Amino acid sequence: MEPLDRDLDASEIELAAEPMLINVGPSHPAMHGTVRVVMELSGETIERCDVQVGYLHRGFEKMCERGTWTQVYPYVDRCNYVSPMLNNVGFSLACEKMLGIEVPERCQWYRMILGELARLSDHLTCDGAMAMELGAFTPFLWMVKARELVWDVMEEETGARLTHSFGRVGGMAAPPTPGFKEHVRAVVDQIRHVMDEVKRLLLGNRIFLDRLEGVGVISVDDAVSLGWTGPALRAAGVAYDVRKSYPYLKYGEVDFDVPVGSASDCYDRFMVRIEEMEQSARIIDQCLERMADDGPINVDDPRVVLPPKDEVYTTIEGTIRHFKIVMEGLKLPAGEVYSYTEGGNGELGFYMVSDGSGTPFRVRIRPPCFYVTGGLERVITGQMVADVVPCFGSLNMIGGECDR
Amino acid sequence: MAKALLQLIKLEFPDAVLETHSQHGDDTVVVEPGAWKAVARFCKEQLAMEMLADLTCVDFLHREPRFDVVAHLHSLSKGQRLRLKARVGDPEGEHAEIESVSELWGSANWAEREAWDMFGVVFTGHPDLRRILTYPEFVGHALRKDYPADRIQPLVPYREVDNIEKLPPFDQHEGMSFGRQTHLASRGDD
Repeated sequence: MEPLDRDLDASEIELAAEPMLINVGPSHPAMHGTVRVVMELSGETIERCDVQVGYLHRGFEKMCERGTWTQVYPYVDRCNYVSPMLNNVGFSLACEKMLGIEVPERCQWYRMILGELARLSDHLTCDGAMAMELGAFTPFLWMVKARELVWDVMEEETGARLTHSFGRVGGMAAPPTPGFKEHVRAVVDQIRHVMDEVKRLLLGNRIFLDRLEGVGVISVDDAVSLGWTGPALRAAGVAYDVRKSYPYLKYGEVDFDVPVGSASDCYDRFMVRIEEMEQSARIIDQCLERMADDGPINVDDPRVVLPPKDEVYTTIEGTIRHFKIVMEGLKLPAGEVYSYTEGGNGELGFYMVSDGSGTPFRVRIRPPCFYVTGGLERVITGQMVADVVPCFGSLNMIGGECDR
Repeated sequence: MAKALLQLIKLEFPDAVLETHSQHGDDTVVVEPGAWKAVARFCKEQLAMEMLADLTCVDFLHREPRFDVVAHLHSLSKGQRLRLKARVGDPEGEHAEIESVSELWGSANWAEREAWDMFGVVFTGHPDLRRILTYPEFVGHALRKDYPADRIQPLVPYREVDNIEKLPPFDQHEGMSFGRQTHLASRGDD
């Protein structure tokens, strides 16, 4: 066979020497809709790149400053739209830390179950989307089907599939439904089953593994310095999990492990999430075991909790109390607080400043994936263009939380 | 334990520490803005604060100095946390300047860009102080208390882009045409 370039002499076929500029996003299926990456390529290798976020900026923190503390809940919901319950719980705990109150035990278990279900939903979405972006569509559908089961529970409990606004300062909006425990047990069993199937599909697949192993490696020092937390940091081998290191709610009393990676590549980040789902299921099992079937869900504190409706309609004290909390908002003592919980992507912090009135002075949400996305540049520099997709997928950037 | 942390900083920087408190169990040190980076470096190197968990600002309108720059440090190895604050800027929001700590922690890069974008606090020595959540033509700083939430931003004309030889729309013979005009079979005739 003749060579194809027989008529060309070498000078003509030489490739362009200057680097090529390529733009991906902000509207690109692999960029989850809201990130733009401008890359300078030499051949197929990324020499330099610039990650630009902010396309989903909606001014949450500004909006938080114009309502009452309770009216912040819908905003934190919409920050992370794959695990809104974790944000609800995180914000409740921040307010309660400021007030110095602790919710009843039953509520703590309830919050943990709902929170871990949200974590399952978060990791299912991340790992599913990652598999889909690498061409494995079936596991994605199965995992989204499993996520649907989680949302069924949420719908049953809160009335909304996604934006629950279910947390309250000093408790929850409603007690668990009568069939809650059976429903969750059934769902967790089904999710375990789906995960077994997904693992069989993906973890024996050479193509899938080759796309992940050794790709997107970051050093431990870099990950810590960049402020990475959550699965991304644990994949680098640092066993930092807020639930273990600074236990809140009842996490100190349940038995679970913190999975860590060793290679700090995309494969480890994928596997840490898979293993965390297992641990979440374990936590849920124990919580279901220990949650009481009856008892108060809200703290008995007239400053923060709305009175029962029959009191509101029949007594003047109830009416006044209801009016004060709804119209003026519950009052948090003046001062500042930083409260942190383990969100889907890592340390979800709330730094709040109160001036003692019913309106927040400043609510700062420390979004875990803002800092994780900040490290994307370092992860993909030196990689091939095609590796941007698994690297970005494994960081699980949630636009709403990153851009707020 | 926690109090010891505050004592260590007070001993090291007796003149720079303005006040300390531990409200709600969060240890806080307020320092002179001039000593910001030195204190930060001390925290990182001597107190093993490997991680800058968060850096943000709070706007106290009508206060002199106007802004609080707030950094949350975290020591993974010792399990300790510290809040570092400095007060900068005059009531008009001018001269709000503080040294960047982005060479100490990688996370400060984006955090400081956000603080600049939202509050207009300048971080001197930052390698790349661009707006991050809003766009370059944005007027004002959105999280300042005197920025009205319903302000309408001016329309931005198309940006001039350098180093791009040709932007669409292309001429007919350039790029990919819409719609084919010749049939494959008719091509052999001429």
